[in-house]
Amino acid sequence: MPIIKPKRQVPAMDMTAMCDVAFLLLTFFILTAQFRSQEAAAVDPPSSISGIKVPDKDIMTIALDKEGKVYFGIDNQNNRIAMLDNVAAAKGLSFTDKEKKAFALMASFGVPISQLKSFLSLDNEQRMKVKQPGIPVDSTGAAAENELKDWVFNARKANNGLRIAIKGDSYSKFPNFKNVLSTLQAQNINKFNLITGTEAPPAGWTND
Amino acid sequence: MSEIDTGGGGGKKGGGKVRSKKASTRVDMTPMVDLGFLLITFFILATTLSKPSSMTLNVPDKTKEAETEPIKASSVMTIFLGKDNKVHYIFGKAANEDPEVVTVGHGYDLRKAIQDNSRKVPGDKFVVVIKPTKEATYKNTVDVLDEMAITKTKRYALVDELTPDEKKLLKDKAQLDL
Repeated sequence: MPIIKPKRQVPAMDMTAMCDVAFLLLTFFILTAQFRSQEAAAVDPPSSISGIKVPDKDIMTIALDKEGKVYFGIDNQNNRIAMLDNVAAAKGLSFTDKEKKAFALMASFGVPISQLKSFLSLDNEQRMKVKQPGIPVDSTGAAAENELKDWVFNARKANNGLRIAIKGDSYSKFPNFKNVLSTLQAQNINKFNLITGTEAPPAGWTND
Repeated sequence: MSEIDTGGGGGKKGGGKVRSKKASTRVDMTPMVDLGFLLITFFILATTLSKPSSMTLNVPDKTKEAETEPIKASSVMTIFLGKDNKVHYIFGKAANEDPEVVTVGHGYDLRKAIQDNSRKVPGDKFVVVIKPTKEATYKNTVDVLDEMAITKTKRYALVDELTPDEKKLLKDKAQLDL
């Protein structure tokens, strides 16, 4: 009897289908991607059961970090420039086009107006290293040294439809939050959103 | 299949013509797949995974003096947010009545206390006053506001000033020096 030799086969796999799937997924992720914007400070918000989503556009974010420093940012780059122009006009300052451009690229910032010009003249890498001192606020919300009120006012002047979101760090102290609150109240802003993480409501809880 | 059959077809056969060597047009897809998955990994990691949610907070207008009917002190539960994530609450008024100060932690105990107290008040007259002290953190405040949503307490207020009576009460009964 002749010995049957098994036919040698090269183990080749057809990769086409896998490639198709990979690029399909890639297309999906590219289209749905929303990149994490560069935040001025690390803020870790507490969680709540509230399921309302934060709007993507027309939003003003006031961030409050662990040490109680306040950061401010609005969403649209054109509005950022308009806001800076308004603030510059109100404070009698002027910014060059280069500084305006740098300002438009910042998602949020936390420097007093007096230091803003020198902060903007730094290049990107240096700016990341600078420890931002936070925007000055006070407990009454209407004092002259309170700069948050100027930013809020001029941001609303640049875009009237802005909604206000406060993003506080879990461990920031209440008095710091109160300062932000009274600044907004002094401007007759009585409705705002608190950005929180999402947690599951207790079992059996229904929203009605 | 990515293979394209190049053999056969039209073409004259035989006749001593020099035929070009048959070459397979099969393309090796492995590097392309590698690249695809690499990019997928990048996009997964670079996107924000969970979108944060937000809770709405409405505060009373400071400029307008709204006409409101006075609230009976017996239907008010006052929640003080103390330090180290402790919560002190009283049911009733701090002045004169000398109410019992109960200290609980956040979470189940507080929720149960709110629910128990709300049952003592008939109808929808139950009011919660939230008073964070200067020792409280932002998380404590959000937690209690969240507790209002969980217990479906419709009437609550966030007040940041403590009366002298309340300060004294907290100092005497909760050892909280403010």
